[in-house]
Amino acid sequence: MSDQATTSARPSLGTMQARSGAALNEAKLAIRNLDFFYGAHKALKGIGLDIPARQVTGMIGPSGCGKSTLLRVLNRMYSLYPGQRAEGQVLLDGENIIEEGVDLNALRSKVGMVFQKPTPFPMTIYENIAFGVRLHEQLSKAQMDERVEWALTRAALWSEAKDRLNTSAMGMSGGQQQRLCIARTIAVRPEVILFDEPTSALDPISTLKIEELIDELKRDFTIAIVTHNMQQAARCADQVAFFYLGELIEVAPAGQLFTAPKHPKTQEYITGRFG
Amino acid sequence: MSATTQPALTPVKDLKVAARLGRGRKRTDLIIRSLSLAATGIGLVFLASILVTLFVKGFGAMDLAVFTEVTKPPGSEGGLLNAIVGSLIQVALATLIGTPIGMLVGTYLAEYARGSRFGDVVRFVSDILLSAPSILIGLFVYQLLVLPFGGFSGWAGVAALAIIIIPIVVRTTEDMLSLVPNTLREAVIGLGAPKWKMIVLVSWRSAISGIITGVLLGIARIAGETAPLLFTSLGNNAWSTDLSAPMPSLPITIYSYAGSPFQDWIELAWAGALLITLAVLLLNIGARSLLGRGK
Repeated sequence: MSDQATTSARPSLGTMQARSGAALNEAKLAIRNLDFFYGAHKALKGIGLDIPARQVTGMIGPSGCGKSTLLRVLNRMYSLYPGQRAEGQVLLDGENIIEEGVDLNALRSKVGMVFQKPTPFPMTIYENIAFGVRLHEQLSKAQMDERVEWALTRAALWSEAKDRLNTSAMGMSGGQQQRLCIARTIAVRPEVILFDEPTSALDPISTLKIEELIDELKRDFTIAIVTHNMQQAARCADQVAFFYLGELIEVAPAGQLFTAPKHPKTQEYITGRFG
Repeated sequence: MSATTQPALTPVKDLKVAARLGRGRKRTDLIIRSLSLAATGIGLVFLASILVTLFVKGFGAMDLAVFTEVTKPPGSEGGLLNAIVGSLIQVALATLIGTPIGMLVGTYLAEYARGSRFGDVVRFVSDILLSAPSILIGLFVYQLLVLPFGGFSGWAGVAALAIIIIPIVVRTTEDMLSLVPNTLREAVIGLGAPKWKMIVLVSWRSAISGIITGVLLGIARIAGETAPLLFTSLGNNAWSTDLSAPMPSLPITIYSYAGSPFQDWIELAWAGALLITLAVLLLNIGARSLLGRGK
């Protein structure tokens, strides 16, 4: 168990900053004593983690360690499936989002998600983006045009897409589709964006573009990214959390975790001894 | 792990053994292939003989009167107009009633009832209904709609055909929706869309060509059903579009004409059989091309 996990019952950011010396922002999401169950199987055990605002938190660990599960708690995606449940607290700006009675649609408009495989909808590029916006806002045609351009620009896709807005999104390349999915997510103007291995299906060039994009997006959005790629975590993340067998083993600013891991398991994982 | 612990291999392959094994495999292949071809041949011979007979006799009996005249007593120049129209009305109404019900049940099974016990029961019952003998469905509707309401009626026929098409649509809708990847569903939900919107805009949209295919195949199935109509809409030798009275239909007319001793009625039965076969063929081709386009 890490220091962070054991001390997570009280606000721990102050001590962590002092320990690392790196500047982590105030927590946008605060996870406290979180347990997660797939039926009878306990997949997350007593997780405590702060996700700092407008910074990137990388989540690493071997397959099945619970990092994607944790991500899917943060926007309540698990609620789609009967038999999956979470216990504990996940505080978004102080409000526990895993309680009963939370408005899931409103939550998901605040906490957006980009998936492993690009998932364009079978519609035009324009409609792909307008779709999400229409769920939460009533915009005029002009405002919608503006929003679509804004989202595509932020997702570094505008120059490639502006002449084919009314063609099907299914005809784009994999990298373009993934940037479209990012555009679609930010068009709803969330506060937090969750990336679930967003580049594992992409080629190196597209991967680089997405990473640059994440770096750019953190000016406005709080970002959590699950990745199997340690270099990616090192390049993108301000803070990195290492998970193993459903437990949070260690969390630290990226520079520190990769150069001076405190826990032997972390050391073994980042040096490629297992995983 | 090391090379020394491995059992020693025979250094040279015995070519005679290899050749013998090869001959054996070729012989087996030849036998299986011949049996498969023979079985296919037998099936095709029957199919071809049915189709050739039907086309020869059917086209021979086909003339304009088939489409312009109603059924008449033997000896007078009659047609099948009332039966064709009656069939069209009953099949169309049954499809209009059965399709939305079947689609919604299939949607319930695929989107709401995954892994639930009640869903399993519904699926099981629907599958039983899918393979239930259609005459049972006719008798069921007879008890339910014909006896209490004092007579055979077009509505009863519509009900029987609708009951037959519902499980077909349920099955295809559920199958097609379960092909829609979960990642796509999660992508919609992840944007904050309510579930019904996800279903309408993404699940249905992705599965629609498959669902329509299922509906077309369902229409093809009920267009040729005879047994359920025997106990429900009965048939009618006069022109009738009144759904509360007995209603004519092609399968029933074929059934009664083909068994009659009159040559002109038998010829009309062939013409009717050809019409139904052509309609089913067209529906199948339409379904296939739709499915092909969807992919």
